[in-house]
Amino acid sequence: MTAPANTGRGPGLFSPGPRTRIREEGARGALIAFVSTLIFLALALWLILTAEAWPDVQRQFFSGSHFRAAWPDVVGGFWLDVRMFIVAEVLILIIALAVAMVRALRGPAFFPLRVLAVIYIDIVRGVPTILLILLLGFGIPSLQLSGVPTSELFWGIAALVISYSAYTAEVYRAGIESVHESQRMSARSLGLTQVKALRYVIVPQAIRNVIPALLNGFVSLQKDVALVFVLGIREGVREAEIYTARTFNFTSYVVAAVLFLLVSVPLARFTDWYTDRDRRRKQAMSA
Amino acid sequence: MTAKLELRDVGKAFDRKVVLQNIDLGVGEHEVVCLIGSSGSGKSTLLKCVNLLIPIEEGAIFLDGAEITGFRANPNQVRQRMGIVFQAFNLFPHMKVLDNITLGPRKVHGLSKEEAEERAMVLLDRFGLVDKVDDYPDRLSGGQQQRVAVIRALASEPELMLFDEITSALDPELVAEVLNVIRGLKNEGMTMLIATHEMGFARDVADRVCFLDDGLILEHGPPKEIFTNPQQPRTREFLQRIVEAGRL
Ligand SMILES: Nc1ncnc2c1ncn2[C@@H]1O[C@H](COP(=O)(O)OP(=O)(O)OP(=O)(O)O)[C@@H](O)[C@H]1O
Ligand SMILES: [Mg+2]
Repeated sequence: MTAPANTGRGPGLFSPGPRTRIREEGARGALIAFVSTLIFLALALWLILTAEAWPDVQRQFFSGSHFRAAWPDVVGGFWLDVRMFIVAEVLILIIALAVAMVRALRGPAFFPLRVLAVIYIDIVRGVPTILLILLLGFGIPSLQLSGVPTSELFWGIAALVISYSAYTAEVYRAGIESVHESQRMSARSLGLTQVKALRYVIVPQAIRNVIPALLNGFVSLQKDVALVFVLGIREGVREAEIYTARTFNFTSYVVAAVLFLLVSVPLARFTDWYTDRDRRRKQAMSA
Repeated sequence: MTAKLELRDVGKAFDRKVVLQNIDLGVGEHEVVCLIGSSGSGKSTLLKCVNLLIPIEEGAIFLDGAEITGFRANPNQVRQRMGIVFQAFNLFPHMKVLDNITLGPRKVHGLSKEEAEERAMVLLDRFGLVDKVDDYPDRLSGGQQQRVAVIRALASEPELMLFDEITSALDPELVAEVLNVIRGLKNEGMTMLIATHEMGFARDVADRVCFLDDGLILEHGPPKEIFTNPQQPRTREFLQRIVEAGRL
């Protein structure tokens, strides 16, 4: 694991939708893109490898032996990150949808519920996620309330869910508002209640419209689960930190970074691919 | 005899803009009433008020003599008794034709999936759309979409149908197939309130025609009278314009 592998990810990460562009410009374009990428990579490599500080950098960040030594513990911790991500994401998708549906209810009878939803969204979005994690993760267990979980892991995930649900509820809301008003009227005219109209008619269309935005949220949460390391939970970043504290070598952080990239880059590529396909399909339909 | 549907002194305003005022209108059982009038005269608003999709500010609306606009009326129950079809975008694009039709019967009227589908198939067969049951709405022509929308409304077995210019977004050659569906319903005795720009159709199918102008019912009567001997200058003007546009 040395520099080439690392910088080699550069173009894929930073040029949005390279495949579309290549298709548009044809074979000649593909050749130009390939040659210019090669030149760019060669130049970047040459700059890095000939830099005076490179040997030090390599020893501190990209040492093969440290990489192998740190790998098992960091991977073990990262596996916890992955599980936290999956549990949190499922809860977020459900809770956020419920909040967004409450916000979409009309009529004076639902006024108090709507207000609650708005207050929740405003407050949570105004507080940094890390603060929420500290507050719940250290705060609630310290109360030692009976019947309330005292595990930092539990409250760390809870804080992530509370924080991300507020953002995700707004994503859903944008989707709900993007569905044409006549769809709501048609549904209500059949005698469906507000909740049933949302559930069977509005929300299924709304979700389709915001899948790209939801996928972006996945990518973001996938990294942010690591924030619970401040609670001392031994997930990937925490394990890397422990290794560094012991050896004064930073390669373990690079191990953690590589692991996160292994998940987030494919996710980001998939999101781009899906968004692209979605847009093209919509264009074909309106044509 | 009480009318099936009755509007008494109904008024509606959006913000400050008065859109309907002093609307008195009755539709008897099995009667077909057509609403005509220029764009912006308030036809759509009137139909949506009857379906309780928008609240009225003044007056009252009665169904079978019982007020439906009062505090005690349950809008969902009222809507179950009438069907409405709009100009466009009626169908749910994420559902197949069959699911569009069975949604109301299943989720509102509590029919089982089998019962609802059986009922849907009978209607689809009657309107010659059986081969479309598994298609999504965007695969259908505009005329077919509107016919499915009518079927969907009929699937809840309404006592009253409201139509809001359901052919005005269609290509001319598709208009007839949709209007024929309404003619069929008239023959079966369906009570209908129809907003339309198709004057030939109104003359043909209506028992009574209402001319709406700027939120007021200026004139109403049998189609023969309204179309051949209108009393109000505004009605004459309107019909004149329609004739000039070649739509009568
Ligand atoms: N939601 C609304 N908010 C504000 N004004 C509205 C709203 N809906 C309708 N209006 C106004 O009310 C008036 C009547 O509109 P309506 O749609 O009922 O007319 P219409 O007779 O159906 O016309 P058309 O033949 O074009 O369909 C118009 O001036 C319109 O601008
Ligand atoms: Mg209209």
